Amino acid sequence: MSYPLEIQALCRRYGGTVALDHVDLVIEEGAVLGLIGRNGAGKTTLIRHVLGLLKAQSGSVRVFGADPVKHPAQTLARIGYVSEDRDLPGWMRIEELLRYTRAFFPDWDETLASDLCRAFDLDPRQRVRTLSRGQHVRTALVLALAPRPALLVLDEPSSGLDPVVRRDVLEAVIQHVAHEGRTVLFSSHLLDEVERVSDHLVMIDRGTMLVDGPMDEVVEGFKHVVYRHAEDSNGSGFGALPGMSLCVEMGSTSSGAASSGAPSSDSASRNSIDHEVLCLCRFETSVDEHALAAQASAGGFELIEILPATLDEIFLNLTCRAS
Amino acid sequence: MSSLANCVLYAYTHTVQLRIQPGATPIYQQVSDQIRRRVSAGRLSAGQRLPSVRALAEQLAVNANTVARAYRELERERFVVSRHGDGVFVADRSSPFLARDRRKLLESAVDRLLLEAEQLDVDTDEVAELVRERSAQRAESSPNLPRRVGS
Repeated sequence: MSYPLEIQALCRRYGGTVALDHVDLVIEEGAVLGLIGRNGAGKTTLIRHVLGLLKAQSGSVRVFGADPVKHPAQTLARIGYVSEDRDLPGWMRIEELLRYTRAFFPDWDETLASDLCRAFDLDPRQRVRTLSRGQHVRTALVLALAPRPALLVLDEPSSGLDPVVRRDVLEAVIQHVAHEGRTVLFSSHLLDEVERVSDHLVMIDRGTMLVDGPMDEVVEGFKHVVYRHAEDSNGSGFGALPGMSLCVEMGSTSSGAASSGAPSSDSASRNSIDHEVLCLCRFETSVDEHALAAQASAGGFELIEILPATLDEIFLNLTCRAS
Repeated sequence: MSSLANCVLYAYTHTVQLRIQPGATPIYQQVSDQIRRRVSAGRLSAGQRLPSVRALAEQLAVNANTVARAYRELERERFVVSRHGDGVFVADRSSPFLARDRRKLLESAVDRLLLEAEQLDVDTDEVAELVRERSAQRAESSPNLPRRVGS
């Protein structure tokens, strides 16, 4: 049984720039995988490999077990794709475009196509070039969904759209996966949308995967932790506490500078002011505050507070750290 | 004919209007919290059918696994029961074995209170006294507060 998408150690360079650096990624059938990253992080490059538009320089890409570059027709027949680019032919009317596209897909669902056109308030007689940005995306959604593709790939579909069309996109994703065996790859930098509809999260930055895991585990596993060094502590090693797989120092009261990561060189200020440190930590198991406080205190730290972290905060802190 | 059938079906399933705000609270928890509050406040009564996982997921535009997890949690806490192939229903909260489950639910709240007390250097006797005091004040200020009979 092959996965809808399986990527292993995929690398891509453009000249001297590394666009993808040993990316491993698997999407299981029925999942909605949210792919997040800043502009230029490598999301679109990754998607172009999935569509067979780019050949892997090293590593491998398999869509339903097949190499999309070697078997483009077979692969593209199973993928519905919506990009942020206005890439539909402007001279065609919507109805012509629908007829034209239908010819490529044996499983085209005409009822779904006309239902979606009606729901999206699209006039079939309108020419593509005269469509607004929102109507353009809605048309692209109809074209991508009507073939009932096994894998729906959305590359930043919502960027620059009004909230009504953004909602259409989200509902389309949810309705699509409600059917047996359908899978979605949803790339976006609108984090709250990704959090809503995805059950798996992949965060990439500069071609490197920073996070890959079930959405719930990511959102619940990351916490903000505020702690204080005990007087005789040298101030390192908080991140080595059991159960913690990542600890990024974001700021401390005495240095004032956030996220520089450099410890304060002014040791006098550390001694005279209570040196509170704010970290973003990732925990592998659910956090028992009591146990953690005890562990911290045994290690020479006083645990002050554990707070939840939003996806926004996780994203900001992890991508800033990399820069 | 068919519209009548639809009406009857619609009447059986109790629709809920929930609000999802992505942020610090996981979305499954926002769903379960809001349903839990409705059940506790008597806004949803025993035997009422909740929307299916798929219907609620589509209504809220959230992942179906998220809704399924919220329902699983509510089922574990016996706020709802799921009858295979039939749907998810609001549980009968008067059934006797619920007392133990209620206690379990309350335990985590008590643990949080004790932790807070510990951090504020307040001992357990003082906390217990405070609980009784506040409870008396609450009863006085709102005599219509729902009271549990028996147990």
